[in-house]
Amino acid sequence: MKKKLLDFLREWDEGNFEFSMKMTENQLKTRPEDQDRLPPDRSWTRTEVARAAQSEERAFRRLVPVFMGVFLFAVAGFLLYVVTEMPAFGSSGTPANSGEVMRRYVESGLSETGAVNIVAGIILDYRAFDTLGESHVLFAATIAVMILMLLEREEEEPISELRILRNDLVLRNTAKISVPFLLVFGIYIILNGHLGPGGGFSGGAVIGGALILYSTAYAPESLRKVLNLRSYRLIVIAALGFYSFAKCYSFFCGANGLETVFTAGTPGRIFSAGLILPLNTAVGLVVSCTMYGFYSLFTRGRI
Amino acid sequence: MIEMLWNNRIQVAAVILFAVGLTTLLLHRNLLKKIIGLNIMDTAGYLFLTSLGYIEGRLAPIVTEGSTDPARYVNPLPAGLVLTGIVVSVSVTAVMLALTLRLYRRYHTLNLDEIYKAVHREQEEEP
Repeated sequence: MKKKLLDFLREWDEGNFEFSMKMTENQLKTRPEDQDRLPPDRSWTRTEVARAAQSEERAFRRLVPVFMGVFLFAVAGFLLYVVTEMPAFGSSGTPANSGEVMRRYVESGLSETGAVNIVAGIILDYRAFDTLGESHVLFAATIAVMILMLLEREEEEPISELRILRNDLVLRNTAKISVPFLLVFGIYIILNGHLGPGGGFSGGAVIGGALILYSTAYAPESLRKVLNLRSYRLIVIAALGFYSFAKCYSFFCGANGLETVFTAGTPGRIFSAGLILPLNTAVGLVVSCTMYGFYSLFTRGRI
Repeated sequence: MIEMLWNNRIQVAAVILFAVGLTTLLLHRNLLKKIIGLNIMDTAGYLFLTSLGYIEGRLAPIVTEGSTDPARYVNPLPAGLVLTGIVVSVSVTAVMLALTLRLYRRYHTLNLDEIYKAVHREQEEEP
């Protein structure tokens, strides 16, 4: 039993463990002339030099835990020494907590942005370009994953345990009950972003999780009627474009001292805080589509 | 010194997490474990940043009772910075996982040394 466990751990460490997705079954059928080269990494053990190199490498591998320990303690010790020089946790007198920046944000955040949630006011009003870049990072990551994972043809879906999951009664009923509530909760988090804890990123993640649960429990084809590659592109580009144009308008009006149609309004109302609510919605759309897109690309190779 | 470490226990936890993540990232040969190590490092950074913004006995930076007194709320800035970091780390993790999956499909191993050897052999065979 113990030996089995150790063998398993060693195999896991060497990266030979069975990858749970069976996507590789098609590629494993190699050409007949490659058969004598399998397993792939034994041909280099033939010569004397290579064997010596191999034993050297084995010795090095035995030393790796020692290196790891030394390295771990060196890094941790150095950083712990730095931590002892830092001001105590939770004290208000540190430069970061008593400086000009924090006082300015807290004092005039509510009157300038209209957002009750000061963090939302910071990330979607003062630092809105930062958040725009963030959404674009998500978009660029999805494009990179698409380049790497998207299947060229409409291939047969690879056989996987996901198909077995789809006939699971418990999962199906759980999804049936909880997906509507999850969707409503996600929309609530997005729309409540400027009034309390929440915002586009967290709400989008909740909606993305609900979509993933639905697509795992039911056939993804039903979801693909609504959310396919075409509508994904449309939603994400429309959201990012709206964000850019709205913020350009806001900056143009602000720099030239013009009146904007997006005013701070009455703090605490749902339609207040100027652009924060629409921007939160745009960010939430991008995040939820990206979450579902990552899942769909990794499991099926398509959106 | 021990007292200072206890006073800054959250930062100590963050620092230890950072060291564990960095060690995993640098000294493991399995690509998936490298990704896990990088994520642990990210998390340690977020924990460190948010702990710097916390002030004992103050409220979350959501205006209640109409009071905008800076002495009432914790520092809102680290929360905004950490939000940015989390999103970037999610994106980077997704791209890394996709690259790893492609490498696995081509070489049928996640071991970096084996992948290097296979690439080297391919280059020798090509000309």
